[in-house]
Amino acid sequence: MSAPASSRNWARDRARRPLSIAQRQVILAAISCLVVVLVVLQLWLLTATMDAHLGGDDSVAGPAAAASIGCLLLNLGLLRYVFRLDRH
Amino acid sequence: MSVRDPDELTVAPDGRPLAEQPRWRNDFPIDIPRDQYVARREFVKFLVLTSFAFSVGQLWILGRGLWRRRPRLPALEIAKLDAIPVGGSIAFEYPHAGEPKLLVRLGEGELVAYDARCTHLSCPVIPQPERGRFFCPCHSGSFDLASGRPLAGPPRRPLPRVELEVRDGAVFAVGLEEKLS
Repeated sequence: MSAPASSRNWARDRARRPLSIAQRQVILAAISCLVVVLVVLQLWLLTATMDAHLGGDDSVAGPAAAASIGCLLLNLGLLRYVFRLDRH
Repeated sequence: MSVRDPDELTVAPDGRPLAEQPRWRNDFPIDIPRDQYVARREFVKFLVLTSFAFSVGQLWILGRGLWRRRPRLPALEIAKLDAIPVGGSIAFEYPHAGEPKLLVRLGEGELVAYDARCTHLSCPVIPQPERGRFFCPCHSGSFDLASGRPLAGPPRRPLPRVELEVRDGAVFAVGLEEKLS
């Protein structure tokens, strides 16, 4: 059973309505929190790996680099969302 | 016709909504909420750039580890085996002058050699075979004589170990253990 025409129009109008600045600020604040957590995690990874490297242990460098690149990819995904938010 | 943002305070001189304005006008708004939004957006971009820099740093460390050259060290005769009593120790420099090492004879056929500098602040360590440890008098640190691992005090990393070989009744240093932690 399909939705009535008035309901469909309401949904279409709502989807087309731009997000207000307040709404965008909330979304952006949430994204910034996630990005900050990921960057702090990367900083910790970098210092721990550097400490191990200078101590002669390179066994953790590979997994740490993979984890750091994973964090970067997540950050790039969130940045893409920020750009999309801009275009909304 | 596009719908105007209810919070939009910026009104361009031509009266059209911001969505239809050139990009530069969106990046230099004149109302505070929009200005804060732009500032936060730029902050997120900066953080992602930082994240990229950290990833490059990780790859640099990985590359350094892969390409680190580990030269084969020359063999150095330390002493004749008969010249070292059980429980006795000999100081020597290996692989270069100014890099002090300590050889300790733990038993008849049991020899160990380590870097003679404490891994805390490089004070010279003293072998104490009767107590099964190396002792650092600077900050009362101690290391296990058999493994070189830290036992007490501020040091957290073990003493770097020297690889030994006995040939024709003489003790030779032939290399350094690569993994130090």
